[in-house]
Amino acid sequence: MQHPNPAIDLEDIGALIAPHIEREGPMLPMLHAVQAAYGFIPREAVGVIAETLNQTKAEVHGVISFYQDFRDAPAGRHVVKICRAEACQAVGGSALADATLGNLGVDWGGTSTDGKVTVEPVYCLGLCACGPAAMVDEQVVGRLDEERMTALLRELRT
Amino acid sequence: MKVYVPRDSAAKAVGADAVADAILAEAAERGIEIDLVRNGSRGMVWLEPLVEVESERGRLAYGPVTADQAGGLLDGSLESLGPVEHIPFFARQTRLTFARCGLTDPLSLADYEAYGGLTGLRRAIAMTGEEIVQQVTEAGLRGRGGAGFPTGVKWKTVLEAHADRKYVVCNADEGDSGTFADRMLMEGDPFTLIEGMAIAGLGVGATQGYVYLRSEYPDAIAVMEEAIAIARANGLLGPDILRSGRAFDMEVRVGAGAYVCGEETSLLNSLEGKRGVVRTKPPLPAVEGLFGKPTIVNNVISLATIPVIFEKGAAHYAAFGLGRSKGTMPIQIAGNVKHGGLFETAFGMPLGELVNEVGGGTASGRPVKAVQVGGPLGAYLPPEQFDTPFGYEEFDGQGGLIGHAGIVVFDDTADMQVMARFAMEFCAIESCGKCTPCRIGAVRGVETIDRIGQGDASAIDLLSDLCETMKDGSLCALGGFIPYPVMSALTHFPDDFGARKEVAE
Repeated sequence: MQHPNPAIDLEDIGALIAPHIEREGPMLPMLHAVQAAYGFIPREAVGVIAETLNQTKAEVHGVISFYQDFRDAPAGRHVVKICRAEACQAVGGSALADATLGNLGVDWGGTSTDGKVTVEPVYCLGLCACGPAAMVDEQVVGRLDEERMTALLRELRT
Repeated sequence: MKVYVPRDSAAKAVGADAVADAILAEAAERGIEIDLVRNGSRGMVWLEPLVEVESERGRLAYGPVTADQAGGLLDGSLESLGPVEHIPFFARQTRLTFARCGLTDPLSLADYEAYGGLTGLRRAIAMTGEEIVQQVTEAGLRGRGGAGFPTGVKWKTVLEAHADRKYVVCNADEGDSGTFADRMLMEGDPFTLIEGMAIAGLGVGATQGYVYLRSEYPDAIAVMEEAIAIARANGLLGPDILRSGRAFDMEVRVGAGAYVCGEETSLLNSLEGKRGVVRTKPPLPAVEGLFGKPTIVNNVISLATIPVIFEKGAAHYAAFGLGRSKGTMPIQIAGNVKHGGLFETAFGMPLGELVNEVGGGTASGRPVKAVQVGGPLGAYLPPEQFDTPFGYEEFDGQGGLIGHAGIVVFDDTADMQVMARFAMEFCAIESCGKCTPCRIGAVRGVETIDRIGQGDASAIDLLSDLCETMKDGSLCALGGFIPYPVMSALTHFPDDFGARKEVAE
C-alpha cells in the first residue's frame, strides 16, 4: 500500500539524488538517499529517478521491489530486525522471535498498533557468537533473551 | 593509564559503549588521566566486552566487563584474565590476516604502519604487474569467500585482458550465518583491506575499486568510509598512491538486503544499479565484469591477506597449511558454543578439535549434535565426521564445504528436519528468480519436507530427486548448494524426519 504524502516535493527529491548523478551505477545510492530522508521510497521518487537515469518507471520499480531494504510505505517509528539465521536459531532465536511477535501481536513485517515498532526478519547480523541477535534501528544487540527484549520494546514504546 | 575497549559491533552489541562511558566517567571522578582507545576485537566474543589495560606485564585482559565494574577495573580490584595473548584461545592461533585486528586503533594510520602496514604496498609498487600476480600465485591463496578458486589465476586473467578500464571489486556481502570475519576485519583493521585492494589495482592495472558492503553492517560501513577518507587524505589512495605516479581509488557501496548479491555476478548487477539477478557464466567477470570491463571480484579476507603476503613473502605464507589449502584461515566458531569467536589458524586442524577443544563444546553443556560448516549452503556434519581436517579438498571429500569458514554448533535439542526445512525456506526467500530449479525447487522443497513431517515416507525419495535437480540445474551456488544442508540432515539424522509426536499439530 502506498501512502500519498503531501510533504513530498519533487524538487526535494531532485536535490537528494543530484549528488549521485555522476557516480557509476547511481541507482542504489539514489534509492538509499531517498529512503534515508523519507523512511521509504515515495511513489513520486520513482518517476524522478526514472527520468534522471533515462529508465522506465517499471525498471526503477523492479529494482526497488527486488531488495528487502527498500519499502514503499513508511515503517513504524522504530524498526526491530530479529535474526532468523542458523547461528541464532542454535541458541534459541526462533523462540525469541515467536515470543516477540506474539507480545506485539504482529507477524513478520507488521507494525504494533501504536505505530511505534515494526518487526522484520534479518538473515545474519554477523553476531553469530553472541546470539540471539537483533538490530534496533541502527543499533546492534546481542545475547538477547525474552526479558531483555521485553525491556527493549518497553523502552521503544514509551 | 591506557585502556582498550573494542568498537567492534559484537562488543557493542553486548554493552561495550556503556562500558567505555563508565570507564571515562569513573576516571574523571577519581582524577585519573586516561587514554581510552576503541580498538578492534581480539575475536574472543564470549569474553566481550573484553577490556584491556596496559601494564608492565603486557596488555591485561578483563571480560566480560559490565559498566558497573568500571571502578574495580581502575582501582585494580577486578580480577584479570592475565595478558591477552596468553589466553589459550588466542595463544593457539597463527594470526597473519588478523595480526593487527584488536591490537591497534583501527583508524590510526600511524598504528597501522607501526605494526607492519604499508610494507607490502611499498614492495608491490616496485614490482611489475606480472611480478605482483606471480607473488599471489606462489602464495597459493584461494578465494576465501567460499569457492576456493586460486586468486592468482583470477588476477592473471584480468591482467591479460585488454581494456580501457578495469575494476577491483571487494565482495563484502558476508551473508552466511555463522560468519563474521569480514565484518570484524573491516571494523578492526580497515587499512589492510584498502592496502590489499591497492595492490590488486597495481597488479592488474585497475584504477577503481568498490567495496560492496551489506546494509546489515552499519558499523563496518562507517569505519570503512572513514578509513578510505583517511587513506585518501594521506596519499594512500588517489591519483598518485604513495608518490608512485600510479592511481587507485575506491569507495564503499551499500547493499540493500539481498543475500544472493554475495554471488559475484548478482553483486556486479547490483553495483550497476540493477536487480541483483545472477548472470550466466561465461563470460567470467575477470573478462567481462563490472560495466562489461575486466574485473577482479574477491572476498574481503582474500584481499586483506594480500598485504601480509607481500610483507612477509609468498613462500612464508605458503609454508602454512595442508596440501592445496595453503596459508591460514580465519575460522569463525559460532552458534551454541562455549568459546565462540574468530580463530585464525593454518589449514589442517581437525573439525572436532575446533569444536570441542578450541570452542569448548556447547554453551548449553549438552552434547554436540551437529555442526553446519560454510553458512546456510553448507552441510550439517555429525560428530562421526569430526576427524575431517579443515581444508578445501578434505571437506569436499566428506560431502561438505568450508565456504567462508563459519562453524555453527548445535546441541542435541536441534531438530534437523526443522533445519532442513529452514534451508529450503531461506532459498525460496532469497532466490533471485532467474533459474527454475532454485526459484520453484526451493518452494517445492519446503512443501516436500512438510509432507515428510506429516508421515508421508514416499516424499523422501522425491526430496532426494529434487535436490539432485537443484544441484545440477541451478545457475549459482544458492540453488546449487542448498541440497548440502538438506541432504546431509536427511542422511545423518534420518530419525528426525517423519511424523513424530512432538511435531504433530
